[in-house]
Amino acid sequence: MRNGPEWLRRHPGFAYGLLAALLAVLPFIVGAGLGKGWVRVLDFALLYTMLALGLNIVVGYAGLLDLGYIAFYALGAYLFAWLSSPQFGLHLPFWLVLPLGAMLAGSFGALLGAPTLRLRGDYLAIVTLGFGEIIRIFMNNLDQPVNITNGPQGINLIDPISIGGFSLGTPHTLLGVHVFPPTLYYYLFLAFTLFTIFVAMRLQDSRIGRAWAAIREDEIAAAAMGINTRNVKLLAFAMGATFGGLAGGLFAAFQGFISPESFNLMESVMILCMIVLGGMGNIPGVILGAVLLTVLPEALRYLGDWQRAALGHVVVDPNDLRMLVFGLAMVAMMLFRPAGFLPSRQRRREFRAEDGVAEQEQASLYDAQA
Amino acid sequence: MKRAGLTGLFCFWSGCSFPLWYKSRNSLFRQGLIMRFGYLGLTAVAMACAGALAGCGQGKPAASTEDVIRIGSVAPLTGAQSHIGKDNDNGARLAVDEANAQGLKLGGKPVKLELLSEDDAADPKTATTVAQKLVDEGVKAVVGHLNSGTSIPASKIYHDNGIPQISPSATAIAYTAQGYNTTYRVMANDAQQGKALGQYAVTKLGAKKVAIIDDRTAYGQGLADEVEKAVKAAGGEVVAREYTSDKSTDFTAILTSIKSKAPDLVFFGGMDPQGGPMVQQMKRLEIKAQFLGGDGLQNINFLKLAGADGEGVIASSPGLPLDAMPGGEAFKKKFEAKYGPIQVYAPYAYDAVNVLVAAMKRADSADPARFILELPKTNQDGVTGPLRFDAKGDIAGGSVTLYQVKNGAWTVLETVK
Amino acid sequence: MDIFVQQLVNGLVLGSIYALVALGYTMVYGILELINFAHGEVTMIGAMVALAVIVPLLGAGLPVALVLLLAILAAVAACMALGYTIERIAYRPLRRAPRLAPLITAIGVSIVLQNAAMLIWGRGYISFPPILPEGAHQILGAVVTDLQMVIVGLSVLIMIGLTFLVERTRLGRAMRATAQSREVAELMGVNVNTVISATFIIGSALAAIAGIMVSAYYGLAHYYMGFMLGLKAFSAAVLGGIGNLAGAMLGGLLLGVIEALGAGYIGDLTGGFLGSNYQDVFAFMVLIMVLVFRPSGLLGERVAQRA
Repeated sequence: MRNGPEWLRRHPGFAYGLLAALLAVLPFIVGAGLGKGWVRVLDFALLYTMLALGLNIVVGYAGLLDLGYIAFYALGAYLFAWLSSPQFGLHLPFWLVLPLGAMLAGSFGALLGAPTLRLRGDYLAIVTLGFGEIIRIFMNNLDQPVNITNGPQGINLIDPISIGGFSLGTPHTLLGVHVFPPTLYYYLFLAFTLFTIFVAMRLQDSRIGRAWAAIREDEIAAAAMGINTRNVKLLAFAMGATFGGLAGGLFAAFQGFISPESFNLMESVMILCMIVLGGMGNIPGVILGAVLLTVLPEALRYLGDWQRAALGHVVVDPNDLRMLVFGLAMVAMMLFRPAGFLPSRQRRREFRAEDGVAEQEQASLYDAQA
Repeated sequence: MKRAGLTGLFCFWSGCSFPLWYKSRNSLFRQGLIMRFGYLGLTAVAMACAGALAGCGQGKPAASTEDVIRIGSVAPLTGAQSHIGKDNDNGARLAVDEANAQGLKLGGKPVKLELLSEDDAADPKTATTVAQKLVDEGVKAVVGHLNSGTSIPASKIYHDNGIPQISPSATAIAYTAQGYNTTYRVMANDAQQGKALGQYAVTKLGAKKVAIIDDRTAYGQGLADEVEKAVKAAGGEVVAREYTSDKSTDFTAILTSIKSKAPDLVFFGGMDPQGGPMVQQMKRLEIKAQFLGGDGLQNINFLKLAGADGEGVIASSPGLPLDAMPGGEAFKKKFEAKYGPIQVYAPYAYDAVNVLVAAMKRADSADPARFILELPKTNQDGVTGPLRFDAKGDIAGGSVTLYQVKNGAWTVLETVK
Repeated sequence: MDIFVQQLVNGLVLGSIYALVALGYTMVYGILELINFAHGEVTMIGAMVALAVIVPLLGAGLPVALVLLLAILAAVAACMALGYTIERIAYRPLRRAPRLAPLITAIGVSIVLQNAAMLIWGRGYISFPPILPEGAHQILGAVVTDLQMVIVGLSVLIMIGLTFLVERTRLGRAMRATAQSREVAELMGVNVNTVISATFIIGSALAAIAGIMVSAYYGLAHYYMGFMLGLKAFSAAVLGGIGNLAGAMLGGLLLGVIEALGAGYIGDLTGGFLGSNYQDVFAFMVLIMVLVFRPSGLLGERVAQRA
């Protein structure tokens, strides 16, 4: 047993081939084994992975606590809806709209980042939270005097993504296999997720990534080393927001309907939970956190079946218990692994270090004051 | 099957945590990261596949068995609206229990209905996953969802799978305007109810100056906009349009601002948790205008929350009063004995199930493809009024009944067409 | 003019409620630098416990004053126990963990508390019986009720009491020492764990009182009521300068007044282009402007950037 992983590690090419093959057949296996509903859960897990990786740039890399991240997701989604739905009668192709949405979100990221440059820690958190709410409130109310967002009613009948006449929104039969839309979207989302992972990895190891780490650890020292802290911070906000906007556009196309209630504060908080729970700053950790927090509430729908299996009958309505167990699980996971499931190397080092040293180092992370 | 599926999930998680023990000895940071990452992902995905395959071997859900007909019921069962959601669910459950008690025979075989309740948390995204889950579990029809914002995205999934959906409470006009033959509702839409309310305010109550408040939800805003149109059409003047949210409790600021415009009537498009305190705060600020609301206020909870200040408030409810309908009183008694007071939409959920059962009986089949053809022919008396559908799937005729609080109870004023 | 005065009154009362909750946030933050996200839920539990006492006892025909006293005692006791437990279970083990870890447990705890309350007290809204006197007075053309005056008075009193506690008592000195440096305080013989527990217990007792006031004033309680309240109170605490008692009070009052005036006058100010639906946008804008120019809040100490 020990040899298997060892062998794989020595032959990364084979490991990657196997991974690619497994990822390719995953929706079919999940669809057949667990039900098509789980393919949809898989899609959302990928979307949230993108979002979490984007937020990880802001929070994990640059150490800027952002509680309004969902606003960029909303911007991307709304831009997609505006440009390809009956709302304005526009039906532009997705390859034009998605980058536009990402760009819009990215520029808003920089725009919203600008006034917050001097703020740290919890003050930054509350201001970003405010921005998130402001965007949502505008989306909820811009049906008057000119109807832009259709207000609380949301925008319906958004075009599905269609690649050269091949629409992902309708079932197809490919090579004799019946494929339904969530499976098609799975591959699209997977491609974008891999792209996001690639960019996030390259960013982390780039000059900019090191600048972010420097700012996160000690802003003054970073400035003294010649890092333009203002530009680098704005870049973090903009890069993070870009991925948010991209995921938003994909969400709008996938769902076909968006309304402001999809972009509330709790969503921002959950994305933050994903990266903290998984292991901030560490890409595999963030992915794990995103998948875990997307899958867990859905898995807990089966609490009734578990009770029936264990006790013979349903004692407590699973719907009463579901979120309670979810909350308990969040607390327990954090107590079990305080630095996240897969902490970044640096985090792990902090935890192994002498307590005093660790505390000193932590004091510099995400702090509000010296 | 489900249990096995969960074993798969468990494997998936344990797969994710397994490589925690693994320490990268690669000194080259970047290469180490990439390698570790690939290895980790491989373990995780392999575990997920293995788990799902294990689930595969356990066979398909029990839905394939002939004698059980599954009906889905979806509403928010957690979060701020869960009390209304549970109410819908209870209404549907009562109808299912009754149908089972009476004994249902389709195609000569006795069948049993089973209600699968799911929580969509009033979240559009969750609504679509739940819809897909219900489709997987082989439901033949769905009662729900509660909100327009969840009913609309879910309706596409039901439509794609040919499963009829009857919402007991979604009122947005867009819900039935998508051209789906699977989408119905037993509740008057915003336009139907808003028109009745606005006309009533101006012509019957003689209000010349009207202030309108809405809670910026799809329901409140939709209804308030229609009321505004109807008030203007009837020759009334809208002197103030104010807004709050479905999470607010303090309305003194907007009420003070309304007071300065001295309206004859204040209309609120929203639900009882806001309406109750709003009426109290109006009294406290000594605003004398008549208070008018929609179906979101016409319930017991509003009376409780408004207390003595609720006296004189007028609110509407689509359909006819429960006691005017055959079986209405009996429904109320049975429901309250089992689940406590009716919150808001339980009677509509009850009717929705009965419409579905009647269609199945007429088609003598629980096959959605067959009984869906019977749904447009629906013509029966529900507890909320006569039930007939128009071409879009909206309730036809759409009478609206107005009630007023007198001596701490809702009493019927009149029914308008 | 009387409309303006009335809006000010509306804002002050709302602000006092925010301030009551914000005081609890700020106390915990002052010592632990931890956003106790579960504080809003503790407020909710306070209101629920009080109602669970009031409704049956009133039905049994006990005098109102006695019922009220018992309810307050029960709620305060329950919340103190809850606050202590939350700190022991969810925060203490993470004291040496990264700073965002306790934030996640705090969010987990608030989800647990909400859903536990839903299981215990049901999903419905519970109405608060009208037992408090509602005498109305005319002051400068505005209507002010007795209960409103009690709320404003109580929040001021509690703030003064807390300031006294922190500035003048032994426990207060220990709290300040702990806030400055846990290690040094420990060296000076301060039992840091006791001090932190005491802070949570006091903060939770305040939350209980705030919860009762809120549900009495608005006439209802619901398991979800803590979320928005907690969020607004947290914003208020930050606006005033988190960790500062007077700041929490000022932030709360200011936020309340801004919201009331925003809702009341935004329409007139923008010529009807924006309405009271932008009330929160207005409040957040002010918050952001304040923080942009004073990054540590209104009364927060201006911290030098770390050298």
